[in-house]
Amino acid sequence: MSEVNTSRRQFLGWGTAAMAGLAIAPGVTLIDLAHGKPDDQPVSSKVRWGMLIDANQCHSGCSDCVTACNKENGLSGGTGPDDSQWIRKMDLKDTHSGRVMSLPMMCQHCGNPPCTDVCPTGASFKRADGIVLVDRHICIGCRYCMMACPYKARSFVAHPVTDQKPGRPRGIGTVEACTMCVERVDAGLKPACVDACAAAGHEAIIFGDLNDPNSDISKRIAEYTTKQVRADLGLDTGVRYQGV
Amino acid sequence: MSVRPATFKWVWVSDVRRGLVKRGSLWGFAILGASLLAVALTATASGGEQETSRVPLPHPEIANPGKCVADTEYMRKHHMDVLLRHRDETVHEGIRTKRYSLTNCIDCHASRKNNSVLGTKENFCQACHSYAAVKVDCFECHSSKPEATAGAVFHPIVPSGAKAGPASADQGLALSMQQHMRNGLAATANKNPGGESR
Repeated sequence: MSEVNTSRRQFLGWGTAAMAGLAIAPGVTLIDLAHGKPDDQPVSSKVRWGMLIDANQCHSGCSDCVTACNKENGLSGGTGPDDSQWIRKMDLKDTHSGRVMSLPMMCQHCGNPPCTDVCPTGASFKRADGIVLVDRHICIGCRYCMMACPYKARSFVAHPVTDQKPGRPRGIGTVEACTMCVERVDAGLKPACVDACAAAGHEAIIFGDLNDPNSDISKRIAEYTTKQVRADLGLDTGVRYQGV
Repeated sequence: MSVRPATFKWVWVSDVRRGLVKRGSLWGFAILGASLLAVALTATASGGEQETSRVPLPHPEIANPGKCVADTEYMRKHHMDVLLRHRDETVHEGIRTKRYSLTNCIDCHASRKNNSVLGTKENFCQACHSYAAVKVDCFECHSSKPEATAGAVFHPIVPSGAKAGPASADQGLALSMQQHMRNGLAATANKNPGGESR
């Protein structure tokens, strides 16, 4: 028993070196940067996806985020009462100063979402990584969640849908809303609206992990004053606004 | 495909045997054996069973033979179970493995002719589902076409001449799969009036 198995120690040493090599900074590893989440792993509550919208950068006439959302998710782009709108552009005018600011509104991906509280079937749910979704397989179309949402973020599909985009299912009799482009996020991409805004040169929407203090979004929130819309409701929204 | 091969053979054989037993000859059994062998050989040679039942057996178009993620027998019996399980894992937990994903199934099984798993009695999903008169719910929401990339580049199994977009022949079929099944069954019934006169 006096002999020490040095090969095992050596192996552990190699393992430590390998881990150190993969980790660039706490919480950030090369694997994460390259591929996002591995396909066979469930999402983790260590991540909280969120968005920061800078109203100072958002241009009044631009609706590229809306167009990109419609294209990505196969929405008609109509704005009638029967059309689904996952993201809307709105201009807000200060009646005293006359200052107009423009910003997109969509599902705020609340930490305490009222839509999931009222859902009778469990179709409305919050994923472990903070993305609020509708499981349309079990949605019965009662629309309680639409009543409960303070942001008017959800739409009901009242008419048959044909020619859906592959990988982006939509169907009659269910409620739907912004999914934060969950398929893209799982693949390590950013939501379509974020990419479109950057492509337009505005970069008014920043997407990232609110739980990671080194992410762009966390740094911005730590540095600047940001707001949650209807913060008085205590919903802990995942979408924050700057310059409003 | 040998879903229900026995029925018509048995009817044929029993006719022959009745004749043989009437004559009471031992030779009859030898002839019976020979004819059974002949029937088996004929069936093998023709590559399948004859379509003599009222409802013709489904002949789904298999775009990529032998490439399925599991054994054919297993998938015939359990495809709905693996899809259901994968569905919940994907939607709620974000697990996006390709093996049992509906998108993967469609990518591989879409017809070379109309770039879809629905549309005609030969299309992969519709063939058996219309035969069994089981409604398939998937395509009320999910697209029945393979994932096309940005430049409308199809899955390699689709010929380059195929066109993307709403002009496709099977548009709206997903909408009323049940109706189409009903029409299909009606057409079958018209083709074989009476059913027993062969």
